[in-house]
Amino acid sequence: MVVLPEEPTPIAKVPSTENKTGGWRTFRPRIIYEKCIRCYICWKFCPEPAIEFDSPDAHPAPKPALAKFDTVKINYDYCKGCGICANECPVNAIEMVLEESIEEEEAD
Amino acid sequence: MLPGHTACLGCGATIAMRYVLKALGKNTILSIPACCWAVIPGVYPHRTLDVPLLYTAFEVTGAAISGIREALNALGKEDVNVVGFAGDGGTADIGLQALSGAVERGHNIFYIMYDNEAYMNTGIQRSGSTPMGAWTTTTPGGKKRMYKWEPKKSVAEIMVAHNIPYVATATIAYPEDLIAKIKKAKEIKGPKFIQILSPCPTGWRHSPDKTVEISRLAVQTNMFPLYEVVNGTYRITVKPKNPKPIKEYLRLQGRFRHLTDEEIEMIQREVDKRWKELLKKERCSNED
Repeated sequence: MVVLPEEPTPIAKVPSTENKTGGWRTFRPRIIYEKCIRCYICWKFCPEPAIEFDSPDAHPAPKPALAKFDTVKINYDYCKGCGICANECPVNAIEMVLEESIEEEEAD
Repeated sequence: MLPGHTACLGCGATIAMRYVLKALGKNTILSIPACCWAVIPGVYPHRTLDVPLLYTAFEVTGAAISGIREALNALGKEDVNVVGFAGDGGTADIGLQALSGAVERGHNIFYIMYDNEAYMNTGIQRSGSTPMGAWTTTTPGGKKRMYKWEPKKSVAEIMVAHNIPYVATATIAYPEDLIAKIKKAKEIKGPKFIQILSPCPTGWRHSPDKTVEISRLAVQTNMFPLYEVVNGTYRITVKPKNPKPIKEYLRLQGRFRHLTDEEIEMIQREVDKRWKELLKKERCSNED
C-alpha cells in the first residue's frame, strides 16, 4: 500500500493581498470628486483591481441626480500607478501626480 | 481575482483574466502553462485567483485540460468549466499540437489564448503570433532591417479549420463583447477557443496607460477584427464604420518605431486584405 503524505501536492494558500504592490508606484492617481460622474470606467479597466466602491455620500456629487450612486476610491496599498484609469476617464476626473510631490505636500 | 499580484504596470493579460473569471464564475478549474500568467500569481505559497489552478509544462495545456475534463466527468462533475489559459507562444507555437489534439477529440473545454504577440515572460522573443514589422529581441533590426516580416499566424482560423463549435476573438477594450462571448460559449458543449488580444506595455514599448487605448485602436483600424464563428458561421461583432489608418495604431508603439512610410503602406495592404477576406467569409458562411 502506498501511503500518501498529508498534502501530496503543494497547494498555494496565502492570498496575494499580502503583497503591498503600492510601493511600485511612481505616479499616484488622484480622483477629483467634483468632476467624477460615477461611470465606473476606471473600475472596469483597472488591471489590479485596486479600485473599490465607497458609500454614495462619501463625497459630494457634481449633480444631484448622481448622488444615489456609489463613489469609487483607489486602494493605494495595491495601485501600481499605471495610469489606465486617468487615460480612460471620459471627464478627466483622475489626475496623475508624482509620488514625491505628494510626500512633500504631506510634509508641509 | 485578488490584488497584489506581480504583473507589470498596465498589464493587459490581467484585465483579460478578470473578465474571463467574471464571465465563468467560481465553478471553474484553470490550467496555465509557462507564460506571463505563470508568474503573475506570485511565488509559492501565494495565490491570486480564487479558483483551482494547475500549472503545466509549456506544450501540454491541451492535454492537461482534456485530462482534467475526463477525470471530472468520471466523478460526475460535468458542470465544472475547465479552462486552459495560455499565452500566444504556448498556443501558436509550442502548444499547438496538444491543442489540436484536444479540440479534435471534442472534449467539453475552454481554451483561452491571451495574445500579447511575443514571448513576453522570457524577454520579448518573436513568436508565430508576432505581427508583421515588429521589433523583438530575436528580430532586432539593425542595418539589415531584420525585423519580423512574416505575417501573423491566425490561430483562430486554424481552430475554425478543426470544425469546432465555437471560435471567437476578443479584446480587453470591449469587455461587454468579451463577457458575452464567454457566456455564449458556456452554453455550448464541446471545445471552445477564444483569442484575446492583450497589449503588453513592456514588450510593445508603449506607456502603461495606453494599454486599453491601443487594444481599442487595434479593432478600429481592423488590425485585430472581433468576430465569432459558431459551427462554421462567421459573425463580425464589432464593425468599425470608418476604419482608421493603421499608422495611428503603429505610431503609439515603440516596437514599430523604425517603420518607414512604404513599410506602413505594406502593412496597411496586408490588413486590408485580411479584413476583406473576413468580410467575404462572413457573407459566404451566412448565404445558405
